[in-house]
Amino acid sequence: MTPLHGFSRRGALTKLGLIFNGAVGGILAVPIVRYLLSPVIRERRPGSESWLSLGALGQFPEGQTRLATYRHPLASQADGETANIPCWVRRLDGEKFQVFAINCAHLGCPVRWFPQSGLFMCPCHGGVYYEDGSRASGPPERGLFEYRYKVEHGDLAIQVGEMPTPGVTASSLINISLKRTPPKKTPCV
Amino acid sequence: MRLIKRVGNWLEMRVQLATPIRETMEHRVPRETASWFYVFGSAALTVFVLQLVTGILLALVYVPSGAEAWTSLQVLNHQISLGWFIRALHGWGSNFMLAIVLIHMVQVFLFGAYKFPRELTWIVGVLLLLLTLGMAFTGQVLRFDQDAYWGLGIGASISSRIPLLGPWIVNLLLGGPIIAGPTLSRFFALHVFVIPGALIAFVGLHLLLVLKLGINEWPMPGRLVRRATYLKEYHELTQKDGVPFVPDAIGKDLVFSSLILLAVAACAVAFGPFGPSGQPDPTIIQTVPRPDYFFLWLYAVLSLLPPSMETPALLIGPVIILLVLLALPFVSGEGEKSWKRRPIAVLTILLLAVALGTFTHLAGNAPWSPVMNAWSKDPIPAEYLSGRTAKERQGALVFQAKQCHNCHALGGIGGQRGPALDDVALQLTQDQLVRQVILGGGNMPAYGKNLSPAQTAALVAFLETLHPAGQAPARDASRAVQ
Repeated sequence: MTPLHGFSRRGALTKLGLIFNGAVGGILAVPIVRYLLSPVIRERRPGSESWLSLGALGQFPEGQTRLATYRHPLASQADGETANIPCWVRRLDGEKFQVFAINCAHLGCPVRWFPQSGLFMCPCHGGVYYEDGSRASGPPERGLFEYRYKVEHGDLAIQVGEMPTPGVTASSLINISLKRTPPKKTPCV
Repeated sequence: MRLIKRVGNWLEMRVQLATPIRETMEHRVPRETASWFYVFGSAALTVFVLQLVTGILLALVYVPSGAEAWTSLQVLNHQISLGWFIRALHGWGSNFMLAIVLIHMVQVFLFGAYKFPRELTWIVGVLLLLLTLGMAFTGQVLRFDQDAYWGLGIGASISSRIPLLGPWIVNLLLGGPIIAGPTLSRFFALHVFVIPGALIAFVGLHLLLVLKLGINEWPMPGRLVRRATYLKEYHELTQKDGVPFVPDAIGKDLVFSSLILLAVAACAVAFGPFGPSGQPDPTIIQTVPRPDYFFLWLYAVLSLLPPSMETPALLIGPVIILLVLLALPFVSGEGEKSWKRRPIAVLTILLLAVALGTFTHLAGNAPWSPVMNAWSKDPIPAEYLSGRTAKERQGALVFQAKQCHNCHALGGIGGQRGPALDDVALQLTQDQLVRQVILGGGNMPAYGKNLSPAQTAALVAFLETLHPAGQAPARDASRAVQ
């Protein structure tokens, strides 16, 4: 068949083939992108933030700050030790607590508690916090991250979810978008 | 012999590659490019091949699972025959590759090789640098130890500061809400498939461009690059004064490449593999995470930037650096190539080298970090205690017990976060010392709540003894008037 005004059956088929390929590629891209975004999308599922017990109140003497650890509720076997998360529990008195994330509010290194001087110190870039978690000195722009907690059946329970980072966490963005009551302090979830 | 020739002919009839390969090997290059200054690109390629080979060898044993990666590294180090050597080759190869890529880039910059018509070669080179840095960071993560764990925490904390998208990027980076198994899996995929794939593709493009556009001629002061005439001039140069790449120009490349391989192997034997340090268990908080050598400068910058500058510098800085690198061949695509006539180029390199060197050196002893165990490990020098009153010695005890030593050095030992206190009594009067201890300030925490009046008095009494013999301590002149 001779081309007529630059148009031929074969040329048309090539164009059609390209369009068809593009369309199929586009359709395939949807599940691929969704698969890649799974870590973000999964956060929307209920249960990614959950309450878990750190142990009986008796483990936390009044007026002291102690290291507590918990296993992340979403942990799988492949996570090994990485899913064991530490946090600092400060019991003021009675049922008044402060539960601090281990991560420095600067860049996430593990802060250490020094009861003698009543300070948390970070080994990485020199951030220092007072016993109530507020910033004392160094590069952090804010105090330590705090978990929400409640006392239930004689146990101290905290709400756990994401690793705290200095930016806004994804779940708190969702909290806002779902018009839930926003927490008073930036929570550690 | 005849059989080999017959097999060769049989293959050649089908693949027909002999002519293009011979033409490529014998293409003419300017005579002066057979120089020791022109060996770094081929050396980088050689080390890259070493990394591919040793990487595949390590993948035979390594288990990319959060629960088992660290153990499999121990197996490599201790149980597999010469596993430690392959790990050491891969680790030292990584350091050498980054170093050679940087030297190659400096040479290309100083010799004006990025100018017309080699702009795209430079841009691909910048991408190759980024990919190489990406390999270094992801490789550090695969060495799944404490440094890797907390390094990921730092990566996540930096990413979280990106406006709007930050939290999503953190989740994507970590593969979930926390640093765990999925994080390692995706860094494994990046380190083993994605980035090496991109590297191979871009290295191919980089080489193709070098072949198509020719090796940069030796820059002569006063010989300017002009878009209109350069291609013709270069062609004439290679025809009149050129030599075939093989065998005339490749000799130094070959020698240098094998020397580099030998140096990598020597380092591997002499210094052994890198880590792994402690297992990636975040509940072990007695750790002092440090990045690998080539990221130490960044660690120093993150410590020294004023807090308010940090987020903008972290988010905008890399973009600006990248834009400058990408724009370079378009901004100065013509003109002088010789570094002898480009003082600003030379000064830029010197400034960068001094800055990076200084930051790396500083990060080596990290004066901005408290020494976490100085209070229990570093004693107060004996001469600061002999002949002192009981109260002053009590103050020295307070100094140790309240972790003052973690940030303040005495006699050259202890932390350097705060000033050394060897002659603090010359700087501050008694009242000023009391105020500084109780209220803090100037980046020092306030100790008012944690010191009893007696402890404060004892501590200040001790601090007042800290002055050189023969120099009187500072005093409040207004008091003397009374």
